[in-house]
Amino acid sequence: MEYVHVGLTHFLVISSLLFGLGLFAVVARKNAIMILMGIELILNSTNINFIAFSKYGLLGTDGQVIAIFVIILAAAEAVIALAIILNIFNNFKTVNADEIDSLKD
Amino acid sequence: MSVYDIIFYIFAVITIVSAGVVVFSKNIVYSAFSLLFTFSGVAGIYVLLGADFIAITQLLIYVGGILILVIFGVMLTTNATDVEVNTQSLKALPATIVVAVIAALLVSVMISTKWKQSEAPTPETTVSEIGVLLLSKYLLPFEIASVVLLVAIMGAVFLARKN
Repeated sequence: MEYVHVGLTHFLVISSLLFGLGLFAVVARKNAIMILMGIELILNSTNINFIAFSKYGLLGTDGQVIAIFVIILAAAEAVIALAIILNIFNNFKTVNADEIDSLKD
Repeated sequence: MSVYDIIFYIFAVITIVSAGVVVFSKNIVYSAFSLLFTFSGVAGIYVLLGADFIAITQLLIYVGGILILVIFGVMLTTNATDVEVNTQSLKALPATIVVAVIAALLVSVMISTKWKQSEAPTPETTVSEIGVLLLSKYLLPFEIASVVLLVAIMGAVFLARKN
């Protein structure tokens, strides 16, 4: 019954599952915005790890400061990525990542 | 099983199930709205971990900012006239196998490792401690982050404007 009591491992497992789902979105989905959502899921899973170690591990409050920097960079990354996606849509009339292959020709 | 455990499992189920909807839904509008519940569930997990300031930041920036941006992106890049909101997966089977192997490996490592844990009690509030750290130990990264945000704003305006 010791597995029912919530500890560090539970939070790490949740973040691993979230990472797996985000990785699937990045690898398998066609739509560029879906890929962006997958990246956001991955960044959230890393943040759960940082804050879990900040509570249970030896990281202390430093972990929470690192999580703030991760959130800042995620915001900057989302802004730039969406601007690029809008430009791609204007040029190619699609945001499917497998159809934007004019460099291959 | 304490109240803490029950609340944790509720937030965990909300997070994972809505993240599954985000990833596997055929309709990208459903994905974008399901992302709302994922971010909120993660914010709840932050509260359970004693990180009050990060939880509020998560709600403000992810739910209030990034999610709105993503929904704008969805609305601007799907043609409203010919309803083409369906998105397909590419080589779904090999991707599923590889990702499942990686996730299973991660989970087994997380469970089997004996993590070094400290017995220090969690502080009541972390806001003042984070503020002191941001302006002393992490002053240089803090300033660099502000420059990064400025460059990101200018770059986004430059990229998205009409010629």
